[in-house]
Amino acid sequence: MNELMSVMNELLSIKPVVLWSDVLIYILVASLGLFFYQLSKNPLARQRWRTVFHSRAGVASFIVILFYLLIALLDSLHYRAPLEKTEGSDEVHYSQEVHSVLDVVLTELRNKDEKTYSAPFAIYSFAKENMQTDDGVVYRDFPRLANAGQHLADEADHGKDVFVRSMKALLVAAFISAVIIGLHIAWRQRQQRQQCSRGLTTQQTLPWGTIYLTQSLLVLACCWVLELSKVYHILGTDKVGQDVLYWSIKAIRTGVLIGTLATLLTLPLAIVLGISAGYFKGWVDDVVQYIYTTLSSIPGILLIAASVLLIDVYIETHPEQFNLVAVRADFKFLALCFILGMTSWTGLCRLLRAETLKVSQLDYVQAAHAFGVGHNRIIYRHILPNITHIILIALVLDFSVFVLAEAVLSYIGVGVDPSMASWGNMINEARSELSRDPLVWWSVAAAFVLMFVLVLAANLFSDRVRDAFDPRSA
Amino acid sequence: MLAYIIRRLAYALPILLGVNLLTFALFFMVNTPDQMARVQLGDKHVSEEAIEQWKAQRGYDKPLFINTAENSEGLLTDTIFFEKSARLFVFDFGKSDEGRVIGADISERMWPSLAVALPTFIIGISVNIVFALFVVMFRASAFDTAAMVLCVVLLSISGVFYILGGQYFFAKLWHLVPISGYLAGTDAIRFLILPVIIGVVAGIGGGTRLYRTLFLEEANKDYVRTARAKGVSETAVLFRHILPNGLIPILTSVVVVIPSLFMGSLLIESFFGIPGLGSYTLDAIQAQDFAIVRSMVFLGSVLYILGLILTDISYTLVDPRVRLS
Repeated sequence: MNELMSVMNELLSIKPVVLWSDVLIYILVASLGLFFYQLSKNPLARQRWRTVFHSRAGVASFIVILFYLLIALLDSLHYRAPLEKTEGSDEVHYSQEVHSVLDVVLTELRNKDEKTYSAPFAIYSFAKENMQTDDGVVYRDFPRLANAGQHLADEADHGKDVFVRSMKALLVAAFISAVIIGLHIAWRQRQQRQQCSRGLTTQQTLPWGTIYLTQSLLVLACCWVLELSKVYHILGTDKVGQDVLYWSIKAIRTGVLIGTLATLLTLPLAIVLGISAGYFKGWVDDVVQYIYTTLSSIPGILLIAASVLLIDVYIETHPEQFNLVAVRADFKFLALCFILGMTSWTGLCRLLRAETLKVSQLDYVQAAHAFGVGHNRIIYRHILPNITHIILIALVLDFSVFVLAEAVLSYIGVGVDPSMASWGNMINEARSELSRDPLVWWSVAAAFVLMFVLVLAANLFSDRVRDAFDPRSA
Repeated sequence: MLAYIIRRLAYALPILLGVNLLTFALFFMVNTPDQMARVQLGDKHVSEEAIEQWKAQRGYDKPLFINTAENSEGLLTDTIFFEKSARLFVFDFGKSDEGRVIGADISERMWPSLAVALPTFIIGISVNIVFALFVVMFRASAFDTAAMVLCVVLLSISGVFYILGGQYFFAKLWHLVPISGYLAGTDAIRFLILPVIIGVVAGIGGGTRLYRTLFLEEANKDYVRTARAKGVSETAVLFRHILPNGLIPILTSVVVVIPSLFMGSLLIESFFGIPGLGSYTLDAIQAQDFAIVRSMVFLGSVLYILGLILTDISYTLVDPRVRLS
């Protein structure tokens, strides 16, 4: 009971920090949900979604993307913990560090710093150090790590311990998955029986085997990471001794947010300009075409670099607006998303304009005109539903492009703030590590694997969506 | 033809003017030269004199558009817009913030860029076309599916990892080529092999997939079916009918990037230490040299627009049905 009270107290004493990107991502996820809900009312769209989710690759990649999104959303609830009260003062001061809900889950990873590099699963440091024996003799050797493998009585047990713990994680994961899958199968059978008793024929079902497999693999990965990260640095530590796994998980938020925000922030612009150019024609068309030709003729990466440089200048000359490191990083991050979107909406705008031109010539639109239906209503009722598939395809296609772009931009030095965890920053730091001997490969490997899984899932999913929604690709 | 080209060039002018105004607004109105000077001089408490001196040295101390202090002649010409932005139209890039002549730097550094980009471009396209044709030959088979999965996998790997991996295996582990650097003349080949290979490999996933779609589109057309019905062999159909017709959209779609090859690649050049325009731009970005970034933005736009015009012309060359209008 007391423990519960203290936990409650701690919860009440924190100070929530609301970053702009947090607000935006929650709004956007909500509106995406609404969008899909609206879409699902349309029978044709529902049929198409069904084909997406009935393919194994489509459903598996969707689950992986959901998993990443969940981590990103958990990492988007920020707060500042109160500091210990100083003697004689009742005022509460808050930590300058901003943490998220995900950090609470990963507390153990966050607080286990070493002095410098250590390899994955290592119990000794990567660099030699001067040490003293009990009788005062100085010698040079690899020191034991402060937070890895401390529980081992005999160092020879190291390999065995990793194996035993992995097996334990496997068992736990198997148990959890078995419970989830078992319950679900039971529920499905009951549904089926009910349908049979009502005389309904069983519909074509989702590829449940693939879903179960993907879900089990994700559960296994979580269990394994949680179990082994208690006593080891699974992916080693970086130059200043921070756990690489922790930073690569934190980078998920950056990757996912840049993929979604960059597209969605400028989507309204592309839709409004594209449709008005195609629908109203004449001078509106000329102006819109001029705008997007001009913007797209500037090499994207240079425009991004130039804009980010200018934002840097703005931040440096207005330090008073950014009291916290996290707030400054967030401002720069949002600006980057916006700029990325600005350089890429022109393609979508061009497509929408062409499609609107085509659709607005169709007979039923002409008929609507003849009936005296207003422009807004025609656009909303007749044009927009017929070009939604283009918007949707662009949305899913751009996602992986932006995730990849972030890595390149951070490497060039015009990406997210260096204080922010991102895969690009990890790769950037790893450049010097790769020329070391022996090689420090684990930061790059961690960034590579996590990024690759997300981008591959996004690419597979977008392929399925395109196949289902694009009438031209048969 | 000539009249068409001239008209297209005239159309390009307002777009370039837009680009010019946009970069001008970005670099001088959103962020004033005062702020730039402050950042360049580094210190937070820079004296006013130091800022004024920095601006005067680089010609940033003039009014933006209209110089009221000057008489009729200097009213419009003795301004930042004319000196720094309008002059780009005659490719007078002026001096960088460090005092080097940008035009000379560009003409010197575009050759190494071209030495990497041109082989990458030509080999890349040939390899992609060969692979795509190979996949189309075995279309709707297990090989086709496997190849497409491989393409998606290759597509999902960031270019940075191709470079890091290539440098590690080919240069560091197996000592086949130097890890980075550049020499002029024929010695350059040793340094160019790895960047070109990496550039080609990094493009295989996307390229093969795209060209396969284009070839397949061609393969489903009526004339192909007619050829098969006549009893033309499958290889002849592929090489005499599908390949030449499929090449039309492929070649016209790549023409747009040809002028931009001069700009080089930011990533490859900086990783391999090649002194081209890509690494030039990157260095300028990292040193916050706004004059160079501005020039490169303008140059890039000019080359892109040139690419668009070339694309339109190439359409008429390969497809006589298209008329210039």
